Amino acid sequence: MSLSQIEIGTTAIIDGVDAPPPIARRLGDLGFIPGTPVTPIRRALLGDPGIYEIRGVQYCLRRSEAGAIRVRFDE
Amino acid sequence: MSEAGLAAPLRFGLLGSPNSGKTTLFNALTGLRARVGNYPGVTVERREGRAEIDGRRMVVIDLPGTYSLAAISPDEAIVSRVLAGEIAEVPAPDALIVTMDACTLERSLLLLAQALYQRKPICLVLTMVDELRARGGEIDLRRLSNALGIPVVGVVGHRGLGVDKLRRLLGRPEDWIRPHMLPPEGAAERAAWLDSILSNVVATRPGRNQVSDAVDRVVLHPLAGSLLFAAVMVLFFQLIFSWATPAMDAIDVAVGWIAQSVRSALPAGFLAGFFADGIIAGVGSVIIFLPQIVLLFTVLYFLEGIGYMARAAFVVDRAMGWVGLEGRAFVSLLSSYACAVPGIMATRTIPSPRSRLITILVAPLMTCSARLPVYALLIAAFVPAATVWGFLGLQGLVLLGLYLLGALSALCVAALLSRTLAKADELPFYLELPPYRMPSARLLLSQVWGSAAAFVKRAGTIILAASIALWFLLSFPRAEAPAGVDSPASASYALEHSIAGRIGHGIEPAIAPLGFDWKIGVGLVASLAAREVIVATLAQIYAAKDEGLSLREAVRKDRDPRTGKLVFSAATVASLLVFFVFALQCTSTLAIIRRETNSWRWPIFAFGYLLALAYAASFLTYRVVNALA
Repeated sequence: MSLSQIEIGTTAIIDGVDAPPPIARRLGDLGFIPGTPVTPIRRALLGDPGIYEIRGVQYCLRRSEAGAIRVRFDE
Repeated sequence: MSEAGLAAPLRFGLLGSPNSGKTTLFNALTGLRARVGNYPGVTVERREGRAEIDGRRMVVIDLPGTYSLAAISPDEAIVSRVLAGEIAEVPAPDALIVTMDACTLERSLLLLAQALYQRKPICLVLTMVDELRARGGEIDLRRLSNALGIPVVGVVGHRGLGVDKLRRLLGRPEDWIRPHMLPPEGAAERAAWLDSILSNVVATRPGRNQVSDAVDRVVLHPLAGSLLFAAVMVLFFQLIFSWATPAMDAIDVAVGWIAQSVRSALPAGFLAGFFADGIIAGVGSVIIFLPQIVLLFTVLYFLEGIGYMARAAFVVDRAMGWVGLEGRAFVSLLSSYACAVPGIMATRTIPSPRSRLITILVAPLMTCSARLPVYALLIAAFVPAATVWGFLGLQGLVLLGLYLLGALSALCVAALLSRTLAKADELPFYLELPPYRMPSARLLLSQVWGSAAAFVKRAGTIILAASIALWFLLSFPRAEAPAGVDSPASASYALEHSIAGRIGHGIEPAIAPLGFDWKIGVGLVASLAAREVIVATLAQIYAAKDEGLSLREAVRKDRDPRTGKLVFSAATVASLLVFFVFALQCTSTLAIIRRETNSWRWPIFAFGYLLALAYAASFLTYRVVNALA
């Protein structure tokens, strides 16, 4: 499952980033690293772009970036 | 140490992510004495400030805000290149000051971990500790210092709290504690390192920023947010378009008065003309932009500082994304309706260099206020004051059509450029939404001052030089009209025999397919100074008594001496209007593109592609209208 598919207000755990190395690296430097909880806060009309909260910081990501971030739900 | 005062100054690199309070701290440490320039080869601004602590001189290098030292574009690479001392004019810093918003400690430690690998003395400055406390958060600074192995200071930059303590610390970087070991490499290990530090030093995490959350529910709402965005933009447009006008008119009148005084004080001839029409008019054409630039940047930096720009970018990102631009480009394109110069300067708020470059290249297509006198002259003279469908004025419709043609072309060119130009270095799009904060007046003042000063210094010199050069072209060689000719006619005679007049004749074969004769050619040469100059130049050529009614009559009646046909036929007028929609007839815009892209390549490219576009569109318009007529 990717971050762009998660419903607003639900918290998931990051599993990894499936993107070319420079982009994956940069998303990691922003805090999108495996094991970190992330929550979609809201999305614009048609679902793009979206705002995601991670470690107390809110980022606006387009669907192309959010779609590259793999997430899971802890049972 | 007596030799310390004479030795080379200590150099500190100020490193931090955007919104980390870096600029506020820079101002607090160095006052308003920053030296602003450009790094070679990139569009990144270079800022250095000086300070003195305990008689020891120091230089603070304000590094561009960054989330990472692993650069993915040449612009971003500046930070690591400065740290490594790879830029010739900028010696490597001796020590680093890393700023960090206390409320985003967790994320910011990732940048610090990379900075530690620089193996330089580092001190950490936690900013906005007041906001952390207000949100119920608590961080143990001493434990943080022990865990990281570097000195840590908490400050509230805009109120100066903690800055004295930091100053004392900066006096002795040799004595700073250094880490025993570096953070581990590898994502998982780095995450574990982060967690162990956080669990050790964070007593209570800050709660959510309730105010920001509440405001965002309105500001980012699909409907309310869009309406608010539209309202902000209308106000913004009003501000730079209407409110700057009185100040600009006053400058215009004052410059005209000074030029007139100089002309009457000096004996008529070369010197009087050079000072009045060359230098004073040239300086005037620089400072005429200042009211717009100051107003624009005051509003822009305020919206940026308060946190609205990031929200506005979110609201319009989708629409701008269609043409390959990002949300912030909207503000710049809108400003360009007033004038492309402040519009292009406003692109500094666009983080992606590629998106910024495309915005700069299409900004001159937005219909700026300098085109209005040209449109007004031609429309008033040639478009009948008829009404369409009973209530719409035909003249107004033509004007609206010209505005739309410019805007649509800008979007098409943007879409085209984003699919061709620099396609390879595709950067990820991300935007931090900082909590709403009231920017301090001092910070605003320093930012607006910096931008206005940079404009006058960098673009102003080019604009002044170009104005003087054009004055030479229009005034030399000095031709004396035959005796018995009245004064407007002798001015017309002098202009026809000037270098510009000869250029006008010279380019006539090239512009004849567009329906232009040599007189329009001279006007086009003169309008390189600024578009509206073509009106004054035509008035001079036609020896018109004023630029209003009598010029309108003169252009309407003018006939080609060889063919006897009207010079300004319907096809020629349409073609000239279309030419002005596209052509980059403005040295100020070229100068500002040169300044903002730090290379002559892009102003030349912009001038070339817009000239080609103007030529093609005018040619087509001339043929089509001729065929219809």
